[in-house]
Amino acid sequence: MNQRVKEKLEILSDAAKYDVSCSSSGSNRKNTKDGLGNSSGMGICHSYTEDGRCVSLLKILLTNHCIFDCAYCVSRRSNDVKRAAFTVQEVVDLTINFYRRNYIEGLFLSSGIFKNPDYTMERLVRIAKELRTQHKFNGYIHLKAIPGASDELIHEAGLYADRLSVNLEIPSEMSLKKVAPEKNYGDVYKPMNYLAETITGFKEEQKAIRRAPKFAPGGQSTQLVIGATPEKDLQVLNLANDLYKKQNLKRVYYSGYVPISSDERMPALKQTPVVRENRLYQADWLMRFYGFGVDEIVNDHHPELDLELDPKAAYALRNPERFPVDINHADYEVILRVPGIGVRSAKKIVAARKHGKLRMEHLKKIGVVLKRAKYFITCLDKDFIFLGKQPELIRQAFLQPTRSKVAANQLNLFA
Amino acid sequence: MILTYDGTFSGLLSVVFEVYRLKITVSKIVPEDEWQSNFFDQATYVETDSAWADRVRKGIEKKASKKIANTLYQCFLSEQADISMLLFNFIQKLFDSPSDISDNYGDDTVLRIHQIKKKIGREVHRMHAFVRFQRTKDDIYYAVIEPDFNVLPLLPKHFLDRYPAQKWLLYDSQRRYGVYYDLHKTTFITFEDDERLQYRQLNESVLDQSEPEYQILWKSYFDSVNIPERRNMKLHLQHVPKRYWKYLSEKRQQF
Ligand code: SF4
Repeated sequence: MNQRVKEKLEILSDAAKYDVSCSSSGSNRKNTKDGLGNSSGMGICHSYTEDGRCVSLLKILLTNHCIFDCAYCVSRRSNDVKRAAFTVQEVVDLTINFYRRNYIEGLFLSSGIFKNPDYTMERLVRIAKELRTQHKFNGYIHLKAIPGASDELIHEAGLYADRLSVNLEIPSEMSLKKVAPEKNYGDVYKPMNYLAETITGFKEEQKAIRRAPKFAPGGQSTQLVIGATPEKDLQVLNLANDLYKKQNLKRVYYSGYVPISSDERMPALKQTPVVRENRLYQADWLMRFYGFGVDEIVNDHHPELDLELDPKAAYALRNPERFPVDINHADYEVILRVPGIGVRSAKKIVAARKHGKLRMEHLKKIGVVLKRAKYFITCLDKDFIFLGKQPELIRQAFLQPTRSKVAANQLNLFA
Repeated sequence: MILTYDGTFSGLLSVVFEVYRLKITVSKIVPEDEWQSNFFDQATYVETDSAWADRVRKGIEKKASKKIANTLYQCFLSEQADISMLLFNFIQKLFDSPSDISDNYGDDTVLRIHQIKKKIGREVHRMHAFVRFQRTKDDIYYAVIEPDFNVLPLLPKHFLDRYPAQKWLLYDSQRRYGVYYDLHKTTFITFEDDERLQYRQLNESVLDQSEPEYQILWKSYFDSVNIPERRNMKLHLQHVPKRYWKYLSEKRQQF
């Protein structure tokens, strides 16, 4: 190690940081007796940046040299930045040594396109292969699948990586063409569809044969840049919904556009749309874990998420006829739709009510945010004084104390 | 009746056994070394008997689950002032009720147990996250911790799963004991003179020569992944409360 590696690390982690996916979750790789590391269920955040994002993986580019010129990207060909490239060995050493010291859960390796897609992909694969085979590394590996790389290379990547991702970046093809003339949706969907098929195929095989090899057990993900192009939340969330349903994606990440680019093809944003980004994550969460359909969150009448209210509260206020919910009898899924009640509280309610009917005081102790929930529930206290209020009044009540918190609770979703 | 025991988990379970065997009404349970006798109160000491303790544990597992039995052990490590009595109350409720009350969150005792367990879980998770090993000359990966609760006994499994092929030592500098893994087994250890181990940052003379470099590389990585345009210290502190900063070499200023 020397000064040069430090400099490369600075350049190539700085260039990788706008890819917001950080999670090391969703895989399940056991360690061997003489191996290093594992990855199980929830990944660990080993540190947090000052902007409050989780640091879980060594997230770097192999190189920021790129033959493309995507307007939204710091590494674009026409941008005047310092360029660097790691060797395979350097990335392997950094990963192993950071992992041994408990700094990270694994490696997130992406890259600018150097020479051509296959040349680049081949190196990414070689790093993953060396880690797995020579160093018996069983920690988390996330590789970027480079659009345009051959199916064979993408396939090999899946044999070593826990997760693969291909970024759509721009939420509509029309906008993509404007800001990234060399790209098109077809090139991105090709590896994505290949992965979707292969992942499903291997899963089937694993059901039949226990010891069948793993292929990207953590699935695939993608990222959408928000606020750089004119798409509404309706379009963004419907696209995400399709990706979950059709391509079986594990995660869609939303990255509020950080106005770093001076490229004239990009809008002159003053600020990163962090609140909107946060609302999109909440909406995404509702689709994946709360059983909400996408059209219950955004539709032609409400094409944009409410920036002031979380989407679950907004849903409740738009649909007063679905409330109140009887805490002591309603199904779990119905309870989950009450503002102020999260997954944990809902589970506790369902467990606790077997032992006796619940009152407000119990709900409070269980962790329900009564300030929000009280407008939407009935329990053993039959006061009813908070029911039947005008949605507009409830909205006002919601906005008062929480306003300043909105930005802070970036991922700490619903109470 | 006031009962004292030797301060171990087995000891506490033995107390439970005695209470049921002799049908005692208990007013207080305290570890022997915390008990201060006075003129009015007399305490009775209960011997620890691992066979009794085992039977109580089995009883808990049968009535509730293995998971709850483990939960109780974790709560025991919380060092809360009234933890002995709280655990006793919980076990008594469990044994005396016809059904499994361990998920009756409407009950205060049950709820408190779950709350303490949550706190312990959070602390364990933070240790998994924030431990930073330093590689020494004799190839031991070493880290100092000062957890809010006595969670060290809960840590080895996690690190064993991850690092079966390197030697490591975790040392609790406040409670003055550690756990050492020598590539074959983990052992709890104490040192007569632990002055050197008190230091979070080991002296360079005992470190592997590559160690300072990796600490610097890690810090420069940490600094360059930050996005200043998105700075949000409130959220940052919510994730990493100040008292944990001391663990994080990337947050140290001087290098
Ligand atoms: S291909 Fe990737 S690295 Fe290259 S300019 Fe486009 S987004 Fe950036």
